[in-house]
Amino acid sequence: MSKVLIYAEIKAGKIKKSAFELASEGRKLADALGGDLGGILIGSGVESFGPELAKFGVDTVYVAEAPELENYNSEYFAQALAQAITQTSPEIVLITHTMQGKDLAPRTAAKLGAAVMADCVSFRLEGSTLIGKRPMFAGKCFAECSATASPQIATARPNVLEVVENAKAGVISKIAFTPDTSRSTYVTKELNLDTSGKVDLTEAEIIISGGRGMGGSDYSLLEEMAAIFGPRATVGASRAAVDAGWRKHSDQVGQTGKTVTPNLYIACGISGSIQHLAGMGSSKVIVAINKDPEAPIFTKADYGIVGDLFKVLPEFNNELKAILAE
Amino acid sequence: MKSLVCLKQVPDTETQIKVNADGSGIVTDGIKYVINPYDEFSVEEALKLKEKFKAGEVVVLSIGPDRCVEAIRTALAMGADRGVHVCDEAVNNGDPFVMAQTLAAASGNIEYDIIFCGHRAIDDDFAETGAMLAELLKIPQITLVTKIEVSADKKTITCERDIEGGKETVESPLPCVVSSQKGLNEPRYASLPGIMKAKKKPVDKKTVADLGLTPDAKLVSKNFSMPGSRQAGQKFEGMEPQEVAKTVVQALRSEAKVI
Repeated sequence: MSKVLIYAEIKAGKIKKSAFELASEGRKLADALGGDLGGILIGSGVESFGPELAKFGVDTVYVAEAPELENYNSEYFAQALAQAITQTSPEIVLITHTMQGKDLAPRTAAKLGAAVMADCVSFRLEGSTLIGKRPMFAGKCFAECSATASPQIATARPNVLEVVENAKAGVISKIAFTPDTSRSTYVTKELNLDTSGKVDLTEAEIIISGGRGMGGSDYSLLEEMAAIFGPRATVGASRAAVDAGWRKHSDQVGQTGKTVTPNLYIACGISGSIQHLAGMGSSKVIVAINKDPEAPIFTKADYGIVGDLFKVLPEFNNELKAILAE
Repeated sequence: MKSLVCLKQVPDTETQIKVNADGSGIVTDGIKYVINPYDEFSVEEALKLKEKFKAGEVVVLSIGPDRCVEAIRTALAMGADRGVHVCDEAVNNGDPFVMAQTLAAASGNIEYDIIFCGHRAIDDDFAETGAMLAELLKIPQITLVTKIEVSADKKTITCERDIEGGKETVESPLPCVVSSQKGLNEPRYASLPGIMKAKKKPVDKKTVADLGLTPDAKLVSKNFSMPGSRQAGQKFEGMEPQEVAKTVVQALRSEAKVI
């Protein structure tokens, strides 16, 4: 029995950092409620991740394994998670608001007759009621959300909650799971994963974004900067750049793209439409490089550089290389 | 091919959102409403399927106040055949579970091979309704879809979907719920003849009582607030590229401490 249960997402044979964010937050909530923290691992051959969860405060590591769980599948993972929740009856369930989490959480919740407080950026307790603060309209406003159903299920935005080490026992407890194959579901035919190890926009700590001012599909200066920062950085784009066909749809930051909260957002040649500003306005530090001194992006930028990005960026990259080599 | 397209009317993305005085919601005065952009992709894809199979129907299903009929009419002008509008105070501002429950109840009277939802609505941003609807109907969900192919016998669908750091191709029996992602298609504009025709197409208005539904809310949203206002920081103008690059990179390390 655990008061709080977190779902630890695994990607390409690695436990995700977001699982540690959830464990750290879950630990705080479990302590406040005076109970245990459980973590659930779902997949095939995933038990070995138990000790990593224990390091961040998980008392009991539940493991649901089956051959059908080899690849992520909405129906089978939701069945496994719903079963784990039913068996361990937590008051609070936390999942990360990743692409997988967004697919898994609502289906699991619906199986349990609950809904999800989605994409929360912070949590607090009012008695035993979990209150999640979440952005709406891509961050143009926020609201506090609570659940009237049990358990209280929430997804947390990646890269926002603090990771705190707090070693616990992490006792392994197996969940005997056999999928109900009478429920129809899809079959994965092909997985095309970007093997560059590039981090997703929503989880990147540093985002270098290019807009209309890039003037074309050559983003090499931005890619170079991302490479200097290493795997925690990635390249994004404004809607103008995506609509022009310069970048993929999945790179788009903004109200009709992705809402992001990196530690550092570097906007290159992006004027800053209201939709774009909503999507990146919660970044911790914003740098803007733009020719137009009146560009709205400068109203949000901590460091605004008025100038030609094609002249500034090469120098910027040189300076970065130098300072990061120190 | 018979498609059921779930559609939500939302404030245009240009809208400046303001929170009302008591924090119970947003100020709705003067808001211009549009079809949720992801639902436009759904309408377009459903129309393409009907055209490809040279037979079928596209039914648009929406929940919301009276104004939602404008969004339904826009979809009809694009080429959809008829609309179903669930309009009832009990569900108009429902949480994702209530929405899914209402859509599931309304879908009971509609024939479909496939159901489309936008992968999220750009107003409340829950991104839950499609998956919940699929679960309530006990059919598969395929979320974040950017490409669709339906087999000739209309029994199987193959979809390409966005996953973190890549793409996944999945095959599913029909019916299923597909949630549309940007990249699926380029929605057509309504033509003038389309707009004229749309006026005569049927839109069936329903209440919760008509659907025999007891809405079961699961979430409460309150204490709406504006994001912390962000002050413009330092602005560097008229500096040499090398000089400004050095200044800002150093500030990022010593002042902002992010690198």
